[in-house]
Amino acid sequence: MLEADNLECVRGERRLFAGLGFNLEAGELLYLQGRNGAGKTSLLRMIIGLLPPETGEIRWKGKSIRSSGDEFRADLCYLGHLNAIKEELTPLENLLASAHLADEALSEDDALDALEQVGLAGREDLACKYLSQGQKRRVALARLVKERRPLWVLDEPFVALDVAAVDWLAGIISAHLQRGGLAVMTTHQLVAIPAGTVRELKLS
Amino acid sequence: MLKIILAVVGRDLKLAMRRQADIVSALFFFVIVVSLFPLGIGPEPDLLRKLAPGVLWVAALLATMLSLPRLFADDHRDGTLEQLALAPHPLGLVVTGKVIAHWLVSGLPLALIAPVLGIQFDLSTDALLVLTGAILLGTPALSGIGAIGAALTLGLRGGGVLLSLLVLPLYIPVLIFGAGAVDATVSGLGGEGHLSLLAAMTFASLGFAPWASAAALKIALE
Repeated sequence: MLEADNLECVRGERRLFAGLGFNLEAGELLYLQGRNGAGKTSLLRMIIGLLPPETGEIRWKGKSIRSSGDEFRADLCYLGHLNAIKEELTPLENLLASAHLADEALSEDDALDALEQVGLAGREDLACKYLSQGQKRRVALARLVKERRPLWVLDEPFVALDVAAVDWLAGIISAHLQRGGLAVMTTHQLVAIPAGTVRELKLS
Repeated sequence: MLKIILAVVGRDLKLAMRRQADIVSALFFFVIVVSLFPLGIGPEPDLLRKLAPGVLWVAALLATMLSLPRLFADDHRDGTLEQLALAPHPLGLVVTGKVIAHWLVSGLPLALIAPVLGIQFDLSTDALLVLTGAILLGTPALSGIGAIGAALTLGLRGGGVLLSLLVLPLYIPVLIFGAGAVDATVSGLGGEGHLSLLAAMTFASLGFAPWASAAALKIALE
């Protein structure tokens, strides 16, 4: 489903990696590992199409992601190290707005349910600027609860989460893999994902 | 297509309403700059009438500039811009929505308050009407052209000054025809020609600017 061929990444004067390739099928998870600055986030940004690779190609369902454009992005859910939530809006408004802008149908009940699952029940009407770092991260993660797009690309999803939330997120990701979804993620803490095939790619 | 534009406009307006200080400060800047001129020049109605269109338009350009640096910067800082770029529609449509929302909170209030300020300059009713119409027609072009500058300077240190240097020269045609419309009305020639040109500039910039901005934003996101 998701194939990468001979990717090369050059940032500034430095070549971070070259000749990198992988092939990911439905129900598989790709863990990207490597020290800081090895190019994990750059590789993720290549996969989502924000950073064009120096050489090589990434294909989704056999089509180059550069030529399929909107079609590819309709299958993609990306969660970066920034939360992409607005401090002035409430968690509920944030969730609805981001679904709306990404062209997803999300009802208010579903959104409330998702917020309850991430442990933000009772805070849905509080502006996000009054939430803690971990709570803001949970608002961002709440998107994943009702997310049914096949390809998830997650940059350090476990950062700033407490132990219970890490388990919860691992559960959400394995449910996604069981539904036949794909996931690519970077992380420094290896968290066991109960379902699906886990593959590892070390950047060095 | 319309749905995504409306979604962006709705979101940006909601954010602007939660942050009213920004709208109000740009508006007060406009009011104060314009009001300084009659105070500085003194009670000479003929001179004031002559100066009015230029002063109001220059103040409108500067007031629009005030809110431009934040047009994309806030979304860029909190990661929302990435999500917008990854949404399954062309980024140009998203930018169109942002430009419209920017105009609604920066250009429209200027047009609404301009006739009140025009009274300080002893403008006739006709001239006030044309002034309002000209600002109403011209400010969307300012938001559109400004979006290109804001996208090009996104993420640069000291981007605000660079933004002014980039964008203000491009505002000159709008300034000339905007002030020209009022001048022509005052001198009895009729400002229709100028207003038509302003409308043409607005449509051209609303059609073209979002796509140029989108291209610049993609480079900024790499």
